[in-house]
Amino acid sequence: MNLVELAKAAEVGGSPVEQSDAAAVNRKENRPLYKGREPIYPKLAHGTFRRLKWIVMAIALAIYYVTPWIRWDRGANLPDQAVLIDFPARRFYFFFIEIWPQEVYYLTGLLILAAFSLFLITALAGRVWCGYACPQTVWTDLFIMVERMVEGDRAERIRLAKAPMSAGKLGKLVLKHGIWLLIAMATGGAWVFYFADAPALLRDLVTLQAVPVAYITIGILTFTTYSLGGLMREQVCTYMCPWPRIQAAMQDDESLIVSYKDDRGEPRMPFRKGQDWSKRGDCIDCRQCVAVCPMGIDIRDGQQLECIACALCIDACDDVMVKIGRPKGLIGYDTLLNHDRRKRGEATRVRWLRPRTVLYAGLIAVVGLIMLIALTTRSTLDVNVQHDRNPLFVKLADGSIRNGYTVKILNKEHATAHFSIVFDGLPAHEVSIVGYEPGRTTGIEVAPDRLAAFRVFVAVPADSLKSDLTDINVVVRDEDNDREARSSSIFRGPEK
Amino acid sequence: MAHVADKDPVSGVDTTGHEWDGIKELDNPLPRWWLWVFYACVVWSIGYWIVMPSWPLVSSYTKGVIGFSQRENLIEEIAAAKADQAQWLDRIKTASVEEIRADPQLLEFAMAGGRSAFAVNCSQCHGQGAAGSKGYPNLNDDAWLWGGTPEQILFTITHGIRNADDPDARWSEMPKFGKDGLLDAKQIGDVVEHVLALSGQDHDAARAEAGKAVFVEQCVACHGDDGKGNIELGAPNLTDSIWLYGGDRAAVTESVVNARFGIMPAWGLKLDEATLKQLAVYVHALGGGQ
Repeated sequence: MNLVELAKAAEVGGSPVEQSDAAAVNRKENRPLYKGREPIYPKLAHGTFRRLKWIVMAIALAIYYVTPWIRWDRGANLPDQAVLIDFPARRFYFFFIEIWPQEVYYLTGLLILAAFSLFLITALAGRVWCGYACPQTVWTDLFIMVERMVEGDRAERIRLAKAPMSAGKLGKLVLKHGIWLLIAMATGGAWVFYFADAPALLRDLVTLQAVPVAYITIGILTFTTYSLGGLMREQVCTYMCPWPRIQAAMQDDESLIVSYKDDRGEPRMPFRKGQDWSKRGDCIDCRQCVAVCPMGIDIRDGQQLECIACALCIDACDDVMVKIGRPKGLIGYDTLLNHDRRKRGEATRVRWLRPRTVLYAGLIAVVGLIMLIALTTRSTLDVNVQHDRNPLFVKLADGSIRNGYTVKILNKEHATAHFSIVFDGLPAHEVSIVGYEPGRTTGIEVAPDRLAAFRVFVAVPADSLKSDLTDINVVVRDEDNDREARSSSIFRGPEK
Repeated sequence: MAHVADKDPVSGVDTTGHEWDGIKELDNPLPRWWLWVFYACVVWSIGYWIVMPSWPLVSSYTKGVIGFSQRENLIEEIAAAKADQAQWLDRIKTASVEEIRADPQLLEFAMAGGRSAFAVNCSQCHGQGAAGSKGYPNLNDDAWLWGGTPEQILFTITHGIRNADDPDARWSEMPKFGKDGLLDAKQIGDVVEHVLALSGQDHDAARAEAGKAVFVEQCVACHGDDGKGNIELGAPNLTDSIWLYGGDRAAVTESVVNARFGIMPAWGLKLDEATLKQLAVYVHALGGGQ
């Protein structure tokens, strides 16, 4: 049936609903292994979930583009960018948090939190991440929005694609790809601002003074955004992304998934005015759910790997149900268990608290708590002591035994600090710090925000050692502030 | 070989005609992306042959149009590194060792250079950690045969000890008291006990007392009245805990009978001035410098 026939059929039935000839191009039977990609022309949906998606898209894009421009005063000589990954200085700034490279476990914690959050939300409501918040979805949605603005909705886009090349078509194509490229470039452009002072970098970028890596990064991200969001679209989710494969393990029969209530919808048949709904299913086979699907599938075929749970088919179907006077929710968020329950005539229910969801939520709480404690008790002073390995010890002329150490003091404060060093656990001894007069162990200066290494010699008089190996603690104390760090080490001597 | 079309009934795809244990290989086309990557690689490799060095010839190889050569890059990089170092080395050449030690930047450069020069030239005898071994002094401790100030260390490194190559080499020679018959066995035994007494070790008091006379007669000229040695002559301090050849009775006896004659090369004949100074700074900073 072609469009005209369908339109006639609809007239005959007096349906208030537009009949679509949309084919689920990615349905299993429609997609043999070696078939090329068939373009998908998603129709614009209207409704709750489409609105929600617009809002999520706006927030996600706003966060991405605005974040590097937020300022955060940290005092003199320090970057005033709220979020900054400073590779040359090896610091990561996130508002009030400042992370050194050796504290990358905070990032690990953050990634663990992100992973568990994904697990939880997937266990609760399926591929919510894929459908609403994934950058691939957000940018693809944005690109489709541009396409719709330039070329029109589904039917017009199909007509344009089939039309022979003309000045008008060429103009539209150039405009569309031009806007896509601009968006793609802005995407790459925003990315580099996270790695340098944004206003200064923008000035350098415009005046062609920026470092080559900035241009290269923008170029690469322009290419990937344009090709992934504009050209490849749903193929990224279906073929490239591993997450859909993993998600099956997070979902169970009680996860809310976007699904078609076949018990209510079947047998499907075209709309007839004044018909008896008790003899048929609610699905009038108008194919609106297929027409709006950005993945090119038919939700009525059941759960499919391609489905990103964007919920646009819910909006499309609800629209139709309202027009034909049937209850909403023929397509909606529902659990597989509820599908079975309805078939058995039982009441449906959604169980949010399940061992799986409780476990995920608990793990999120535990990891979050650990990170919170780690962050609030984060020390601004650290000491690291390396005992000389060669020689392990040196016998001096008066018979005393000397050990050499490299003491590294990490001062994360933004001010110069003075420290005293104590070798705890040794009998009477003499400490000599290279660069300071022998015997002095106080007022050891470390510049702000720096790691300073000191060569330290410690001598113990002959015969005062009880063993060839003495366990000691090196205690570093800030003389002006209340902070202290210690590190265990050893003192070696001749064998007894 | 004529290809007989043979369709697989299940997939409807031609087979290659190859069969193993009843399983036929389908003649599926290569994935398009794979094929295009393959073609791109072919084109790329042809371009690569033209641009980069690639084909071996009999005694040479094709150089490529841009003349890329890792060997020449390395030579250039080494030259650039040397040029970078030159400003520091020039300053080290003109500065005294004390001046180098007073300038934090020069000191850092000299310590790094000294460390690597030590590993290459000195560690064979003195050890990687400069802890020495029997006959090879420990450079970490505070006992110095020929003096432990930076200038004295520099002189020792430059001219060496008891070598025939440098007329300015540190020189002294202990008599072979036993081997050359300068002392008899009893006198040697006595003086050994005296030396053990000097350094506070277990000894035979009566023999040590007898050995004192021998010591005054034979040893004080170099080792001093109190046995504390003489750095002008490289005569070791016999009262401390540091023994280059061992401090027990047997080792001291051997030293008196056969004497010791440690040799160190004159590094001034082999290394440039800047390297020598860096070595002196490094050795002095090992912990025992005076």
